[in-house]
Amino acid sequence: MAIGVHNVTKRFGDFVALNDVSLAIPTGSLTVLLGPSGSGKSTLLRVIAGLEQPDSGEVAIFGLDSTALPPQKRGVGFVFQHYASFKRMTVRDNVAFGMKIQKRPKQEIRARVDELLELVQLQGLAGRYPSQLSGGQRQRMALARALAVEPKVLLLDEPFGALDARVRKELRAWLRRLHDEVHVTTVLVTHDQEEAMEVADRIAVVNHGRIEQYGKPRDLYEHPATEFVMTFVGPVTRFGEAYIRPHDLEVELEPNARYEEATVEKVVHLGFEVRVELALAEGEHLEAQLTKREAERLELLEGQRVFVRPSRLTEVEEDAPGARVAS
Amino acid sequence: MSQQAHADPLASSGRPASRPESRGRAVRALLVGVALLYVLVLIVAPLAGIMYYGLRNGLGAITDTFSQPDVTHAFYLTFVIMLITVVVTTVLGLVVAFVLARDRFPGKSLLSAFVNLPLAVSPVVVGLMAILLFGRGGWFEPFFSAQGIQIMFAIPSMVIVTIFISIPFVIREVVPLLEELGMEEEQAAWTLGASRLQTFFRITLPNIRWGLFYGMALSAARAIGEVGAVLVVSGQVQGRTETATLYILRAFDQYQPERGYVVALTLAAFSIVLLIGIEAFKRRSLKRAGQE
Repeated sequence: MAIGVHNVTKRFGDFVALNDVSLAIPTGSLTVLLGPSGSGKSTLLRVIAGLEQPDSGEVAIFGLDSTALPPQKRGVGFVFQHYASFKRMTVRDNVAFGMKIQKRPKQEIRARVDELLELVQLQGLAGRYPSQLSGGQRQRMALARALAVEPKVLLLDEPFGALDARVRKELRAWLRRLHDEVHVTTVLVTHDQEEAMEVADRIAVVNHGRIEQYGKPRDLYEHPATEFVMTFVGPVTRFGEAYIRPHDLEVELEPNARYEEATVEKVVHLGFEVRVELALAEGEHLEAQLTKREAERLELLEGQRVFVRPSRLTEVEEDAPGARVAS
Repeated sequence: MSQQAHADPLASSGRPASRPESRGRAVRALLVGVALLYVLVLIVAPLAGIMYYGLRNGLGAITDTFSQPDVTHAFYLTFVIMLITVVVTTVLGLVVAFVLARDRFPGKSLLSAFVNLPLAVSPVVVGLMAILLFGRGGWFEPFFSAQGIQIMFAIPSMVIVTIFISIPFVIREVVPLLEELGMEEEQAAWTLGASRLQTFFRITLPNIRWGLFYGMALSAARAIGEVGAVLVVSGQVQGRTETATLYILRAFDQYQPERGYVVALTLAAFSIVLLIGIEAFKRRSLKRAGQE
């Protein structure tokens, strides 16, 4: 176990940012803290880094109680949402900063910086200043800078949050590959569930200062422990009393006893996916997600009468794998 | 009201598109004229006057003035007071600026307001406050008397009042810079192993450097120019507690205006050099800020 968080509580004035949180993060994993803004996920990351002091509880890094250690002594690498580049330094000096503090020999620093710049694909930009880099490049520089001191754990606080959608997608795929190469225990904070599903080995869903569920991405999607996890991880639509995934809604043209009648309100073509907005006879709205092929077979038109039924109900399971505060 | 009613139809019957534009240009020209005249009359003219009177009697008057031991001592004293003031207001100003920009505590806005107090209080009042604290019967007088340290009518009191008056400059320049910078760069440095001191010298100081120099230059200029407070506390002992500005006052009192002009011209020249420095710092500070 790389990081152990035990019963951590943190308040800012009257606001409870973390409410008795416990979490165990396995060595070598890429764990995502996922939650809406204000949920406490960033605070949890900053408590692990030592940038915030918890009011109560402990943080252990590789078995060493680090609660009282300053961030300098924790062996963590931290990457900030807004890069936190050292503005007055070149890319090379940014990456070399930690090693210079450690007073490593010059040749060693030079060689290591070159190696890291290649790893983050910034070779050739060593002499630039951060203001001359794009957002994506700055964030890769920040990552190289954090990795330079060979941290025991790497902490990323919404690292792609300030980037545009295309760069964000590229970078997270790249980060996943990088993690498979470097293997340093990594914790990433995000509010983007798609990002979490794509990069994570394990996801901890954080809400109102608590961990709602902690488990593998697929378990969270298929066996959500709480209604919050169900609605926050993956798309949902309401069918009567139950929540279902929109792709679990079957749409047919012929009436059938087990199906309910609905009217097509809107058809949105998104490429492979076709989103169909429907209204049930009682006026209730729901959404179906069809493949392009299915949609072509049905030839749905707005205003058309169809018959729907959920092929599978995703139920909130309090005893789901990793439900509540598991370790 | 009625005049406007008459004017409006006239305006619209003329050249409606160009009228407002040319009027705007006229207003701008007027404003530029006022600004130029204001600066010319109030700043350039006095400066020219000092230069004329200071240089009127040629090199002889200048060498005569600087051969006076009172004059050289007055410049020496002004320089010493300025140096101590700049060092103290820089070091303590940085501390206060960090507290104001980074910490949250009850009474912070009060502290922030108090920092600007020296700008609002008349220097003569500052001098009076020093007398009340350190003069005969003052709160701190027994303590210093017991140590055999003379504060009033001596250099310590002159330094104290000058520091008091120069407190705001560094703080006012540095606080907004620190607030704008935020803490992320510093926190990144911490996680990379840098101590707080290393972080200050390697990360924070380079970021606030030009603003800090600007504040220091303002502080120095204020220290050199101070008269009122120093006049009250110094006792004006010739050749001992007389700064350059006090010397100028005495020169005129004693009907030796020629020496007064030369000293004044020297101070003005120094201020102009400082001013050029200030402008250069400000420009660099703004340019750097704009770069990000």
